[in-house]
Amino acid sequence: MGRTIAEKIFETHVIEGNPAAGDFVLARIDLVLMNDITAPPAIKAFEKIGVETVFDRTRVVLVPDHFTPNKDIESAMNVKMMREFARKHAIENYFEVGRGGVEHALLPEKGLTLPGMLIVGADSHTCTYGAVNAFATGVGSTDAAYAMALGELWFKVPETIRVNLEGHLNPWVTGKDLILKLIGMIGVDGARYKVLEFGGSLLKELSLDSRFTIANMAVEAGAKAGIFEPDETLFSWVSEFDPEPEFFYPDSDARYEEVIDLNASDIDLQVAFPHLPSNTRNVSEIKEKIYVDQVFIGSCTNGRIEDLRIAAHIVKGKKVAENVRLIVIPATQEIYRQALKEGLIDIFVEAGAAVGTPTCGPCLGGHHGILAKGEKALSTSNRNFIGRMGHKESEVYLAGPAVAAATAVAGYITSPAEVL
Amino acid sequence: MPEVIKGKVHKFGRDIDTDVIIPARYLTSFDPYELGKYCFHDLDESFSQKVKPGDIIVAGENFGCGSSREHAPLAIKGAGIAAVIAESFARIFLRNSINIGLTVIEAPGISQFADEGDELEVDLDAGEIRNLSKNTSLKFNPLPEFLNRIIAVGGLIEFAKERLKTK
Repeated sequence: MGRTIAEKIFETHVIEGNPAAGDFVLARIDLVLMNDITAPPAIKAFEKIGVETVFDRTRVVLVPDHFTPNKDIESAMNVKMMREFARKHAIENYFEVGRGGVEHALLPEKGLTLPGMLIVGADSHTCTYGAVNAFATGVGSTDAAYAMALGELWFKVPETIRVNLEGHLNPWVTGKDLILKLIGMIGVDGARYKVLEFGGSLLKELSLDSRFTIANMAVEAGAKAGIFEPDETLFSWVSEFDPEPEFFYPDSDARYEEVIDLNASDIDLQVAFPHLPSNTRNVSEIKEKIYVDQVFIGSCTNGRIEDLRIAAHIVKGKKVAENVRLIVIPATQEIYRQALKEGLIDIFVEAGAAVGTPTCGPCLGGHHGILAKGEKALSTSNRNFIGRMGHKESEVYLAGPAVAAATAVAGYITSPAEVL
Repeated sequence: MPEVIKGKVHKFGRDIDTDVIIPARYLTSFDPYELGKYCFHDLDESFSQKVKPGDIIVAGENFGCGSSREHAPLAIKGAGIAAVIAESFARIFLRNSINIGLTVIEAPGISQFADEGDELEVDLDAGEIRNLSKNTSLKFNPLPEFLNRIIAVGGLIEFAKERLKTK
C-alpha cells in the first residue's frame, strides 16, 4: 500500500512504533519553536524535567512576537525570562525585537524550516511550514518542553485528506481565498486530527507566499498539518538554504481518507463572517454594505511581501475611508525593509494608514489595534472567534489582502473592482 | 487522579474555541488560579464563581479548537473543573489536557445525555458516566494504550524523566 507525505516523513523520524496512519509513535524532532506566550510555561516545565541543557542548541527557536514590543510589565517579564533562558543555554535562534518578526514568516525566511523536517512549535500556526514540504504541527508548552529536553515527541500518525488544486487563479485571488473556501466547505473540524496534503496543476502558478497562507490556516479546519508537494517553486527557494535537500512525494497509490478537488477557476474572493473561519461567502454575493471601523493587514497568515504588494497596488494614490483605521504590519524586518525599498510603506502612510513594527499584536487582541465594544474589523489574519481582536461584542471578518485594501478605501467590505 | 468524579454539569455547544476559554488579554499569566478567574469570561463573566470544585464541563464537537495555549486547560482546571466531557476535542487541546492533568473524555452522545445543572458521576476505570439527575448511564471508550502509558507515570514531565533513564 502506498504512503502519504506525512507517513514518509514519520518513517524517517520514528524512534519507537509503526509509522502508519492511526498508530502511535515516538519520533525524532528536527526543530522546536516557542513564542513569548508559550515559552515561559515551557521553560518551567523544562526545568522540572531536570536535564542540564536543551537537546541541541541549534534546533531550539525562541521568537518573542505576540505581545512585543512588550505591551506591559508582565509581557516584559515573560520576554526577559525567555531571553535569559536563551543566553543560559546558548540558543542561537533567539530573535530579538527589531531583528525578527512574526515567527511563522520569520523561520522560513531564515532557512530554518526545510523539506522533510519534523517540526513542533508551541503555537497552533506552526503548520505554516508545510508549505515547504515539512511536517510541522502545533503543540502546547509541556510538549515543547519535552521536545526541547529530549529531541523527540509522541504522535499519533495522522490520516491524510488529499486536496488537488486545479484550474487557474481568478484576478486578485490568492492562497487566502482558496483556504477560506476549503474551510467553508469542510468546516472548522473537517480535517480534525488529519493532514491536508496539497498538490495539483495549480501549483505552477501558486506563489510560495500563497502556499504559506494555505498551510497556515490548515489548523482552522482542525488539521494537524497542511503539507504541499514539492515542485519547481520550492526547488528554487530551498537552493538558497540547503545544497542537498530531500523532498517527500506521496506514492501514486497512497491511501487517503478522502480526496477533494478544488478548482481555482471556480473560486471568487472570499470573506469569512463572524464568528468562525468557516462562515465564508463570496465577496460578490454580499449585497448589504457592511461598514467597518478597522482594517488589519498583517499576521503570520498575510503579512508577507506578496500581501503588501497587492494591498499597496490597490491603495496607491487613494485615501483610507474617513471612518476606517487601516493598520498595516509587515510580518518581519526583512519584509518591512523590502516594502520600504519598493515604496509600499510610503503608499500606505500617504493613504493614511498606521504602519507598525513586526508583531502578532492585533491578530490575537494583544495590542496595537484592539477593538472597542460594537466595532467591526476586516482582518487578513486567521481567526474571527468571539473577542479575538478585542471586546466580546466586537466582530471580525476575515479576507485576503485585496479585499482588505479595497475595504479600507471604500469603508465597507468590497472587492478591488469597486475601488479601482 | 480520582477514579470517580462527581459534580454538576456546565454545558456548552460545539466549536468552543480557546479564545473564549481564556481570552488572549489574560495570557501574560500562566498561574492556573489566576487564569481560572477569567475562564469563559467573554461568554459568562460569572462562570468561575458558579463552578464548585469537582464540576464537569459537557460540550459538543471540537472542544478547544484554535490556539495552542496550554493556558486554556490550565484555566479550566484552575476554575475548579474536574473533567471535560465532549463529543470530540480539537487535537492540541486534548494533548495539552493530558499533559497538564485535566481529565478529558471523548463520549459521543454526551450532548443528548446531560443538561445544564445535572449531577454526573464519572467512573474512569469502568468507562461509564452516570447521570444521577436522570438516572441514565453512558459508556465511553478509554484512552488509547499509549496515552495511558503517559498518564500512568503521572503526566508528560514524569514520562520525560522515565525516557531519560533509557538514553
